[in-house]
Amino acid sequence: MSRAGALLAREVALAWGKGGGPLVALGFYAGTATLLPLATGPEPARLAAIATGMAWVALALAALLSLERLFERDYEDGALDLIVLSPVPLEITCAVKCLGQWIATGAPLALAAPIAAIALGAKPQLAPLILACALVGGLAFAFTGGIGAALSLGARRGGLLTAVIVLPLFVPPVIFGGAALDAFANGLPWHAGLALLSAYAAAAVALGPLAMAAACRNALS
Amino acid sequence: MFPAPAFLSNPERFMAFSRWAAPMFGVIALVLALAGLWLGFTAPEDYQQGDTVRIMFIHVPAAWMSMFVYACLGGASFLALVFRHALADAAAQAAAPLGAAFTVLALATGALWGRPMWGAWWVWDARLTSVLVLLLFYLAYMALRASLDDETKAARAGAILALVGIVNLPIVHWSVNWWNTLHQGASVFRKGGPTMTVDYLYPLLLLGLAYMAAFGSLWLVRIRAEVWRRRAEAAAMRAARA
Repeated sequence: MSRAGALLAREVALAWGKGGGPLVALGFYAGTATLLPLATGPEPARLAAIATGMAWVALALAALLSLERLFERDYEDGALDLIVLSPVPLEITCAVKCLGQWIATGAPLALAAPIAAIALGAKPQLAPLILACALVGGLAFAFTGGIGAALSLGARRGGLLTAVIVLPLFVPPVIFGGAALDAFANGLPWHAGLALLSAYAAAAVALGPLAMAAACRNALS
Repeated sequence: MFPAPAFLSNPERFMAFSRWAAPMFGVIALVLALAGLWLGFTAPEDYQQGDTVRIMFIHVPAAWMSMFVYACLGGASFLALVFRHALADAAAQAAAPLGAAFTVLALATGALWGRPMWGAWWVWDARLTSVLVLLLFYLAYMALRASLDDETKAARAGAILALVGIVNLPIVHWSVNWWNTLHQGASVFRKGGPTMTVDYLYPLLLLGLAYMAAFGSLWLVRIRAEVWRRRAEAAAMRAARA
């Protein structure tokens, strides 16, 4: 357990340390959220109708962009070979890395999501649900995204390939989260969407590390 | 446990079997398709949809096959991953472009059908969207295999991705029940039997079987081509070493 804890501390420290991972992700998120109204036009009514959806999609894209450093850097500098040698099962290692990813970039992005949505014109009452969806959804994004990041280790055009692999996996959480937010905004029951999002996140946390570990072993073989 | 794959897992037996099975499936596909198309074109017009209902005979079997081929891809990937069998991997590799082609056919004929019926080429209905996602899975699988140089690694990475993608198949199938939308619900494979008139059901089933036989034939041909390609590569390596 202490080994896993040390690994988690390492992951978060690396993300927070040089390069300012979370700040870059937040910057990308702010930039995307700024570009969207510039593209659709500034009418408040039109913006308000799609504000939560835009904030949600921008969140998925920001989560996608920070996947690159999840395995790739450790793979390139050889740290992954050493991590694999440790007595901690590789599945646990992968889960810890994704958890670190979520703490370092998913949670800060989740805190920014309500601000972005409200700035785009969403009702302030939506803020708690957006935060909840972004926290749960961030977990799903990190654990499904990790599969794509691990599979594209050693591939040509790795970053682009990760996006192509991961975007289809992001479809269900984007649908469920978007449905929950849309239902809440229209005064309809929203629990189903959040429950399905949580179920998808739970499945990703449970099954994702198995696929990631298999992919890492394959890349290192 | 897997009688058919176990029998065919021997490459020699597979090559001997597929040598006559591939053209035989092709002939069966041709006969069934001609019969199905004949029945389809002589069936009476639909009272609401008119002649456009005949698009169904091309569209619906393609949609069935898009899912069935992914199941084949997943099954072959499972066998390749667990038993490390080269032939199963060749089967998975050969199935992916065929599945992508069926998916594109389903989407294209669906658009041609949707324009006169719904007034739109494309709607963001749950089932349409999940078929599009299925196509993205096929493309991701092919992109992953193409961008890893080491063939053994590409095979295993692809197999892992195919099994991850299996999660998508139930979503495709049950999305009709989850979201009640524009697309009509299942009307052939449902509790209580089909709701369709036999005038349409028979040609549809004939074409479904024709698509299945065509896929079987093309799949075997592609696996044979892949086996030959690998043999040729191995022979070239041996010649280079000698």
